[in-house]
Amino acid sequence: CCGHFWTYNRMTVGQFEELLLLPQHLKSEEEEYGCEDDRKRQKLLEAISALGGKRKKRLGERSEAAVQMSEFTVNAEGEGDKIDLSDLIGTMDKTPAISAKTKNRLRKLQKSKKTIECPLSKQETERIQRDVAFQKAATEVSRWDGIIKQNQRAEQLVFPVNQEPSGPKPMERVVTSWKAQTPLEQEIFALLSANKQPITDPILTPTETASLKAMSLEEAKIRRAELQKARALQSYYEAKARRERKIKSKKYHKVHNKDKRKVFLKQFDEMVKTDPAAALEELNKMELARMQERMSLKHQNSGKWAKSKAVMAKYDEGARKAMQQQLEVNKELTQKLITSLNNEEEEEGVDVEVMPDFVNDAEQGLDSSNPWMREEDTEKVEETEEEALLREFDSRRKLRQAQEADVVPSAAEELDASDKEAEELTEFTSLFRGIAEQAEAAADASPSDTKTQLDEGLMRIKTLEDVELLSQEESAPEIASVQPQPSPATENLPHATQQGGKNRKRKRGIELKEVLTKETKVIQVPLAPTVEDKEDSDENLDQRGLIKEAFAGDDVISDFLRDKRKQEDAGKPKVVDLTLPGWGEWGGMGLKVSRNKRRRFRIKTAPPPPRKDERLPSVIISERKNSSISLHQVNSLPFPFENHSQFESIICSPVGRTWNTERTVKRVTKPKVVTRLGAIIEPMAREELMRDKNHGSAGNAK
Amino acid sequence: MKVKVLSRNPDDYVRETKLDIQRVPRNYDPTLHPFEVTREYTRALNATKLERVFAKPFLASLDGHRDGVNCMAKHTKSLSTLLSGSCDGEVKVWNLTKHECVRTLQAHEGFVRGMVVRYCGASFFTVGDDKTIKQWKMEAMGYGEEEVPLNTILGKTVFTGLDHHQKDGVFATCGQQVDIWDEQRSSPIRSFTWGVDSFSCVRFNPVETELLGSCASDRSIVLYDMRESMPLKKVIMTMRSNTLCWNPMEAYYFTCSNEDYNLYTYDMRYLQRPVTVHMDHVSAVLDVDYSPTGKEFVSASFDKTVRIFLKDGGHSREVYHTKRMQHVICVKWSADSKYIMSGSDEMNIRLWKANAAEKLGVLAPRERQAANYSQKLKEKFQHHPQIRRIARHRHLPKNIYHQTKELRIMKEARSRKERNVRKHSKPGTIPVVSEKEKHVVTVVQ
Repeated sequence: CCGHFWTYNRMTVGQFEELLLLPQHLKSEEEEYGCEDDRKRQKLLEAISALGGKRKKRLGERSEAAVQMSEFTVNAEGEGDKIDLSDLIGTMDKTPAISAKTKNRLRKLQKSKKTIECPLSKQETERIQRDVAFQKAATEVSRWDGIIKQNQRAEQLVFPVNQEPSGPKPMERVVTSWKAQTPLEQEIFALLSANKQPITDPILTPTETASLKAMSLEEAKIRRAELQKARALQSYYEAKARRERKIKSKKYHKVHNKDKRKVFLKQFDEMVKTDPAAALEELNKMELARMQERMSLKHQNSGKWAKSKAVMAKYDEGARKAMQQQLEVNKELTQKLITSLNNEEEEEGVDVEVMPDFVNDAEQGLDSSNPWMREEDTEKVEETEEEALLREFDSRRKLRQAQEADVVPSAAEELDASDKEAEELTEFTSLFRGIAEQAEAAADASPSDTKTQLDEGLMRIKTLEDVELLSQEESAPEIASVQPQPSPATENLPHATQQGGKNRKRKRGIELKEVLTKETKVIQVPLAPTVEDKEDSDENLDQRGLIKEAFAGDDVISDFLRDKRKQEDAGKPKVVDLTLPGWGEWGGMGLKVSRNKRRRFRIKTAPPPPRKDERLPSVIISERKNSSISLHQVNSLPFPFENHSQFESIICSPVGRTWNTERTVKRVTKPKVVTRLGAIIEPMAREELMRDKNHGSAGNAK
Repeated sequence: MKVKVLSRNPDDYVRETKLDIQRVPRNYDPTLHPFEVTREYTRALNATKLERVFAKPFLASLDGHRDGVNCMAKHTKSLSTLLSGSCDGEVKVWNLTKHECVRTLQAHEGFVRGMVVRYCGASFFTVGDDKTIKQWKMEAMGYGEEEVPLNTILGKTVFTGLDHHQKDGVFATCGQQVDIWDEQRSSPIRSFTWGVDSFSCVRFNPVETELLGSCASDRSIVLYDMRESMPLKKVIMTMRSNTLCWNPMEAYYFTCSNEDYNLYTYDMRYLQRPVTVHMDHVSAVLDVDYSPTGKEFVSASFDKTVRIFLKDGGHSREVYHTKRMQHVICVKWSADSKYIMSGSDEMNIRLWKANAAEKLGVLAPRERQAANYSQKLKEKFQHHPQIRRIARHRHLPKNIYHQTKELRIMKEARSRKERNVRKHSKPGTIPVVSEKEKHVVTVVQ
C-alpha cells in the first residue's frame, strides 16, 4: 500500500482506511467472483455515514486469503471479548497432530502470570539492525588485512595483478581443436602414442610425472642440501686432522697433550664415580706405564740424544729447555699416583741427583717454566707479599691513629669546599641548560611542516639554466631561513656579547681565570679502605666524601680550559716559512739562509675573525663547521630512519653500476610499482583472497 | 726453464659482434672508489634537475562540448575510449589516441548528472536532470539511424549520481535516496533512506562489490551493504563531501573530497577519525579518483587545479594547471595508470600524464635501466636540502599562490590563538584536538 502514501494528506481518514481495505489485486479477485455489488453498496453506506460526522465502528470482514491484509481492519465476531489462552488450548486437545511436549509447554505457559516485555521502538530496532550489519561488513572487509599489509611491505608490485606468463605456451592451449589429418601426422601420432609420449600435454611423459610425484622439487632440494652439508663437514674434519698432524711445533703439541690429559682426568674422575671397574682398568694401565718408565731409561738423560743435548746445553738455551721438558715427562711418568709428601720430597731429591749440575746453573730466572725455579720464586713472592701486607697494616694503623685526632675539623672543611664547588657547578650547568632550551625553542618555532609540501612559486622551469637560476635565486632566502637555524649558537651570541659589553664597561671583559679557575686543590686521599679497618672508620665517610674520593684525580674545569686554549691556539694565525735554499744566494752544505731573505719569505697569515666563544667562558664553539657545506647537508634525521648510522649507511652504500655488479644494480634499482603500457589494471578481485588463503603467498607481490 | 709471460684471453675483451656493448672490466674494491657518495650525489642532483626540465604533463585538450563538462566515465574494456557528459545534456564519446570525438548524442534535457559504463563495456548508463535513467549502446548507430536509448527508466525525483556493480547487472543511483536497481526491472530492488537529505554521489566498492558509499548534503558520508535492508553507518563531518572514491586495491579505504578544501581518507571500519587528511587545495574539492594501482589519487578542485596525492601523503606530490583551465569539475585516472583526464567548466577535457617527467612509449632496456637508476638516486638523496628544493619546485598561478599564502597565515593565526587561549586557561580545560579529529562531528550508528 505504500504506493498510496503520497495522497495521504488529501484524503480523509475513513477513505484511507477503505483504500487500505481493498488493495488492487484483491479487488480484481473480487471482480472475478462477482460479488462486487454488495461491497459497493456497503461502501457507499459507510461513506454516507462518515459524511454525517459520526464515526461508526465498522465491522470488517475477512472473506479470502490475501498476502496483504491490514491488521487494523480485522475484526472478529466476538470483538471486545478478551481472549484467553485457555480458549486456544481447548481446541488443542482435540487435534492429535500436536505433540505432548508442546502441550505440556503450553500448559505451563498458561499457568505463568508474567507479562511479556513490550517490543523495542522502531528507532532502537533499526539501530541494532544497522549495528549488526555494520559489524558483519567490517569483519568481511577485514579479511583483506593480510593482503593489504603484504602489498604495502612488498618490495615490488607488478600490475596488472594476474598477468599471463610471457613466453612459449603449450600447444594444446593455443590450438584447442586440432586433429591429425594427413597420413604423415597420423603416423607420427601413432609412434608417439606407442612410445607413451604425451600428446595432449607435450611436456612430461608418464614416467617423468611419476618421478616428479615421487619426489617434489623442494624435497629434492632439501635432501641435496643435507647431503652437501654432511659432505662438507666431513671434508672439513679430515682437513683439520691432516693439518694438525702436520704441525711440528712442540709447544703446540705440549699444550694439546696437556689439554687432552686434563680432559682425560676429568673423565677418569667421573668414571670412578660411575664405572669403577673401567676406572680400575685405566688405573692399571697408568701403573703399567709408570713401571715401564721406571724400568727403562727412556726419558732420562742417558740416551744418545740427551747426551748430545747435554753437551750443547751449556751454550744453547733451546737445548736446555728440551732437556728439561724431557725430565718433566720423566717425572710425571714416574710419579706414583697416590703418594705421601715425604715420598715426593725424596723423589725430588733423586731427580736433582740425576740431573747434571749446569742445567740449573745457567738458568738464573730466565725461564720461569722451570719447575724448581718456579717453586722457589713463588715461595719468595709469597713471603714478600706477606711481609709487605703486615708492614702496610702497621703503617696504616699508625696513620689512622695520627689522623683520628684531627678528623672532625678537616671533614667539615672538606664539606664546605665541596658545597661551594657544587654551587658553581650548578651555575655552570644552568648556563648550559639555558642555551639548550633556547635552541629547542628556536627549533620548535621553525616550521617543520614545509618538508613534505611542494615548493610552489611563481617561477616556471623550462631549461636547465632555469634550474640553475632557481638554485641561485632560492639559495638566498634559504640561507636567510637557515640562519635562524643555528640560533642556539648565533642567536645566543649577541645576547651574551651584550652582557659581556655591559660587564666590560666595568671590568673590560670576563677573565676566564676569574670566572672558572680556582686553585686545584690537592685532595688528600685516604688509603683505600680495606676489610679490616672498615669497622671503625666508615662512619666518617659519607656519600659526598666517597664521590669526591672516586673522582679525586679529575679536574674537569681545568681540563675544559685546557681544551679551549688548545682550540684557540689551533685557530691562531701561523707563520709560514717559504724560504728555499739557493735561490738568489749561494747554496750548499752548511750555508745559512740570510736573515733578509728569511724575512722576505716568512709570511704571516691574516688573523681570523674573532672567535664566537671569545666572551663565553663556559662554551667552546667549534669554528670548524663550514656554513657553505652545511647548506648541502641534511640537518635532521629524516622520518623512517631511527638513528644516524642507519641513514649514513644508506647514503654511503652506492647503487650505481660503477661500484656494484650488474645483478646487484638490477636488484637495488628495481622500481616499486611496475605497470605495463596499455594494460588495463582491474581492481583487486575476490579470487586473490582465495589464492592467498590457498598457498599463503602474495597476491601480486613478487 | 719456464718463462712466464703476460697473456690475455681475447675472449675476455673482444666483442662477439660489433653490436655488443663494450665490455668494461671493473674493480669493485671500495678502497679504489673514495668519491662514490659525492659522485652519486652529483648524479642525483642532475637527475632531479632533468626531471624538472622534462616535466611536461599536458598532452592534449579535447574540445567539442558546447557547455561545461559535468561528468566523465572510463570505458571498462578499452583504454582509448572516454565518455563525457556536459551541462546541456550532450554525451560525447572520445577516442583518446586520435584526440577526436567519435560520437555525439543528446542524452538528456538539462544536465547529464552521472554516467557509468557497464562492466562488460557493451553499454553505458546516464542519468540527467530530466529524472530519467537511460541505457545506451556503446556502438555507434549506423548511418541515418536515430540515437535511441536501449532502455529508459522514468524516476520520480532527480538523480544526481550513478554507479554500476563490478560484476552483476545491478546499478545504484542517488538523489533523494539511494536506490539499487536491477537492470531488468523498472523499479528499484532496494532503496535506502536515513533521515531527509539528498545525495550527491554514490559509489560501489570495487573490491568488496556489495558495499557502497555515498555522500549526502547533510555533510555526512553513509555506507551501505547492498544485501542488507538498512544502511550501515554514517559519519557527519564539519562540511559537505562532494564525491567519494574507494581504493581499488585496498578494500576498506576510501577517500572523499570535501568542501573545506581538503580530502579525507577513511578506513571504513573506523570512521571516528580519518586515516589521513590531504591538504593543499585552496578551494572546494569537487572530484577524486584513485589510480588503478591504489597507490595514488587525483583530485579536481574549484580552484582550477588538479592535484595528485600519494594515498598516505598529507600534501600533494604534483599540481597541474593551465591558463585556460577553469573550475575542474570531474577527473579520472586512466585504467593503465599512465594518464589523467580532467573535465572543466570551460567545455574542455584535458589529457595529462600521471608522471609529469615520464617518457612515454616503449623504452629500450638500457633506457629503462637508466630511468630506474636515476629514480633510485632521487629517492636516495631526496632528503638533501638542495635536491629536495629542486624536486619540490612547482610553478603556480599568481592568485593560487597568494591564496595559499593567505590560508597558511590564517591557519597559523588560528593555531596561535588556540595556543594562547590554552596558555591562559586552567590546564586541562582546553584539550589538544588533532587535525584529523577536528573535521569529524559524529559517527551515527
